[in-house]
Amino acid sequence: MPDATELELTAQELRNAHSESIVDTEFHRDRATLVANPQSITQVLNHLKSKGYTFLASLHGVDYYPHEPRLGVLYELLDMRRVDRITVKARVSTDEPNIPTATGLFAGADFQEREVYDMFGVNFDGHPDMRRILMPEDYEGFPQRRDFPVGGEPVLFTYNEEQNYGKDV
Amino acid sequence: MEIGREPLSDFRVRQLKARDMLRGDLEGEDLERYVEERVMTTTVDRAVAWARGNSFFPLTFGLACCAIEMMSIVASRLDIARFGFEAFRASPRQADLIILSGRVSIKMAPVIRRIYDQMLDPKWAISMGACCSSMGVFNNYALVPADKFMPIDVHVPGCPPRPEALAHGILRLRDKVQGHGKEGWRERYDAVGTEELLPDEATLSSPEVSIFKPGDTAGA
Repeated sequence: MPDATELELTAQELRNAHSESIVDTEFHRDRATLVANPQSITQVLNHLKSKGYTFLASLHGVDYYPHEPRLGVLYELLDMRRVDRITVKARVSTDEPNIPTATGLFAGADFQEREVYDMFGVNFDGHPDMRRILMPEDYEGFPQRRDFPVGGEPVLFTYNEEQNYGKDV
Repeated sequence: MEIGREPLSDFRVRQLKARDMLRGDLEGEDLERYVEERVMTTTVDRAVAWARGNSFFPLTFGLACCAIEMMSIVASRLDIARFGFEAFRASPRQADLIILSGRVSIKMAPVIRRIYDQMLDPKWAISMGACCSSMGVFNNYALVPADKFMPIDVHVPGCPPRPEALAHGILRLRDKVQGHGKEGWRERYDAVGTEELLPDEATLSSPEVSIFKPGDTAGA
């Protein structure tokens, strides 16, 4: 992990290279996070990749309901020579959940971006094949969003066996 | 089997009678008694059901962790071949029993329904484990219980069920196929009338008695 000082230096370096690219930095429990502007996420990732973070370990989504902007896309980058990790976070709103794709930089982002789209409804602009990966194609809604109903079946007990599907038994 | 329990002299008598019958010496009342003793009548339906129930061809089809338990019933400890169910078939066209062993996601459900439709009649289905009977711990958007999209003959509860439980389920299915299936556990254990007693409305609404209403899981 870069320590807090190194994280600030990296953030300043990125701000100098691309203005407005870094919104904030977080250093919590020895984990360094750069909060990036979603519009300039490609430049940020490209810069970090050329710095040595050549491996995208994970790409995932988070719903920060009720905080705004609600959705977050997290990129976990790994520098395999220095054995150093850094997290890049980009927050997007549910009204306009668009963010440029990372498939041009990391080919492995393909399926992971599809999963984030499937579960959280984040559209990755420029993705070669932006469709659902886990849920059926005709599924409606994004099930990992916090306002999505949990769903499922009512559990059958003696008191409700008359109302539910057990009534014919 | 019957012969072994009889005294040797009786056995010898029957042997001699059989010899007489084959020679054509047995006539009249003796012949009637001979036929009554040795011929069993049944219907073709019952005979076919007996044969079917003793030779299920299960489908080689595993869904999740229950499939590991399903595999072990063919192994030496439980050895389902004792009952004639060991021939797991790799094609639904050759199988007549599908064991849903694991969770069924809503994307998998049409696939399973299609496999079930490809099986030839007569066919049976066992829903194994909590997930595909009632969605179990995955009671959410992703799963669908098996009863929603196909007929199930026997539900085996458990998470996962022990292999013995599955073997028991298959034997219950055999009883069902052979036409003397026992229905619910309350009938089987002579426990009709042991349903959960519920407090009436007056008790529920009175504030001094602190009990949860049915279905009230808050604070649980």
